[in-house]
Amino acid sequence: MDFKFTAQQEAFRQEVREFLRKELGPDWKGGKTQEMFSPEFSRKLGKKGWIGIGWPKEYGGGGRPHMDQLIFGEEMLYGRAPAAAHILAQNMVGPTLINVGSEEHKKKFLPMILSGEVVFCLAYTEPQAGSDLASLQTNAVADGDYFRLNGQKTFISFAGEAHYGWIGVRTDPNAPKKHRGISIFIIDMKTPGVTTRELHTMFDHTLYEVFFDDAKVHKSCVVGQLNQGWYYITQALDHERVFMAATIAGYQRIFDEIVEYAKVTKRNGIPLSKDPVIQQKLTEMAIELHVGRLLGYRLAWLLEKGIVPFSEASISKVFTSELEKRLGNLGMQVLGLYGQLQQGTPRYAPYDGYLEWEYRFSPMQAVGGGANEIQRIIIAIAGLGLPR
Amino acid sequence: MNLDLTEEQEMLRTSARDFLTKECPKALVRKLEEDNKGFSPDMWRKMADLGWMGLVLPEKYGGQGMGFMDLIILLQEMGRNIVPGPFFCTVVLGSLPILNAGSEEQKNEFLPKIAKGELIMTLAFTEPSARYDAAGVHTKAETHGDTFVINGTKLFVENAHIANYIICATRTRKGDAPEDGITLFIVDAKSQGIKCEVMPTIGADKLCEVVFDNVKVPKKNMLGKLHGGWHILSKALEQATIAKCAEMVGGEEAAMEMTLAYVKERVQYGKPIGSFQVIQHYCANMWMNVETSRDILYKAAWSVAEGLPTSDTEVAVAKGWINEAYKFVTERALQCHGAIGTTRDHDIGLYYRRAKSGELAFGDTDFYKEVVAQKLGL
Repeated sequence: MDFKFTAQQEAFRQEVREFLRKELGPDWKGGKTQEMFSPEFSRKLGKKGWIGIGWPKEYGGGGRPHMDQLIFGEEMLYGRAPAAAHILAQNMVGPTLINVGSEEHKKKFLPMILSGEVVFCLAYTEPQAGSDLASLQTNAVADGDYFRLNGQKTFISFAGEAHYGWIGVRTDPNAPKKHRGISIFIIDMKTPGVTTRELHTMFDHTLYEVFFDDAKVHKSCVVGQLNQGWYYITQALDHERVFMAATIAGYQRIFDEIVEYAKVTKRNGIPLSKDPVIQQKLTEMAIELHVGRLLGYRLAWLLEKGIVPFSEASISKVFTSELEKRLGNLGMQVLGLYGQLQQGTPRYAPYDGYLEWEYRFSPMQAVGGGANEIQRIIIAIAGLGLPR
Repeated sequence: MNLDLTEEQEMLRTSARDFLTKECPKALVRKLEEDNKGFSPDMWRKMADLGWMGLVLPEKYGGQGMGFMDLIILLQEMGRNIVPGPFFCTVVLGSLPILNAGSEEQKNEFLPKIAKGELIMTLAFTEPSARYDAAGVHTKAETHGDTFVINGTKLFVENAHIANYIICATRTRKGDAPEDGITLFIVDAKSQGIKCEVMPTIGADKLCEVVFDNVKVPKKNMLGKLHGGWHILSKALEQATIAKCAEMVGGEEAAMEMTLAYVKERVQYGKPIGSFQVIQHYCANMWMNVETSRDILYKAAWSVAEGLPTSDTEVAVAKGWINEAYKFVTERALQCHGAIGTTRDHDIGLYYRRAKSGELAFGDTDFYKEVVAQKLGL
């Protein structure tokens, strides 16, 4: 067993770190979700060749192994690089098209994803199809060379900014199993009959509802084969998983800031870091972060060996998302009364209210991307072989 | 990075599992809990024949010449089976400090016999103050010509009642720091003035009170330098801590597997209880603890084996985490088993109790949180 990174890997980490420092500036502290959406930064990253670093070279990607992707992801997250404009296209759209897309789709979309010029939104969830995603009802009915789409999606990130939507729709309402009647479409978000409406979250992120009102799209918009959508949704998650393996790095950054604050801030004449109660909480979190990071390394290692880490990814998701909530709470506890001050409060708000925002944002991960209750069932059934 | 076991480690794991499944059934574990000696000489001899006592000892001392990571794999298997007896204290607490710090003469005297299974060793460090630091060492050793005379009481000494030799941590002078002035001696357990009493414990693991009353030890039995024992002891404790973690992770795995088997088979409301979501969630939570424990065990053990400067932090994180994980897993395991799990005849209770004694050994969670706090510079 060997937990060391190679000299080349360490050098790559350094290169990423320096690039980010140069592009974002030494004082870059990141921001809320909306501020992490920067088409300008995505284009710069594309120009550097660092979008799709894990994609195969024949499709213009970097062809880098999973461990490199993990390192890259860690540095991006620790540096709070504003990657939201291209991350979905890079992790989900591109890899799926490479696996199952038509030549036409590959030619059209892959280059623009790699250059960071295109924004995709992912639209699966519906008002009646959350955890039970396969029961989605938005439908596409064939009409000559076209399909007509009707229905509603909800909780969609960046639908207002996206050029294209990656959408799960029902194309065979009579399929014997509901999973078998779903297809993926790529649609131009400007298509007549497609409208969006803002949904405002408590963490200042704008989500969208997306409505399809007899929207007419050409049959060439179908990704891969008709009615194979569920398979694509569940299988093409490798790149998503390796990104997940890096998640802890972002939390480590928050934690490091909390520790720094505790060291320099005095309360009742002594540094917060000397307060036994605060110390206790900080060390607990330090241990959790340490352990969580190894979960990510294990995930990347399995991917590197060509193993699909199905339940391991669920473990990682549950562990990190629940850790994030504790971290959000920890930050607020350390800040005490100051914790409630929001961004923009003159003089008094520590870290310009970042931890206050984190507290509001932190419940999101346990809910989104497959609720943790569902993840635990995946772990139990797929990982541990418990009966249905 | 390479997170796989080597081929040799896989083989060691398989052969250890096969051997222990056959030779160390839970009925034997239960019987030996009640036994005065607390180990099976027959199994002990067979383990020696397999080369386990000398696994990490160099070949010139009659060992197998394998590495610390290999020992970790073996201990994980032993923890899975709750192997009773003096393996841990002989090999980890006894042979490693001699290998690390002994004179050539001491190595030649003790190591080949340990490798053959002819000697039982243990370490007497903790005292009634019940602390795992240098300041807890009050037992005195005073020099009288070529001999030292030891006086004091050692507590929580593993298997001292059956040990041939006890490595005893003594205070030989009061220095500026508590770490200065500690000296180790390899004491013949039959020496006049040693009184040993086994204490009943939650883990039924034969922890003893050992009283040293004017016990004479020849100078040649000093391990390392006069006043310089802490350095040896702290390394021994680091190795012992992560070795204990290996046993504990093995125990977590066993408790997990027993629970999975049970919830698949136990039927209520016409269905196996493992099909109920609440049980599935319990099991998922247990499994997350097992997986994370395993990862941090290997990372920390690797750091120790490689002698990295970060090994103390890694070990602190590992023990802090695994302490809580083993308790969590065994408590949930009990809950999933229902009333049957609480009976003496059921195996789960063996693990539930061991989780607690494991936590207490070599530093509980609070102890290691303090270490982590120091490393964070708090």
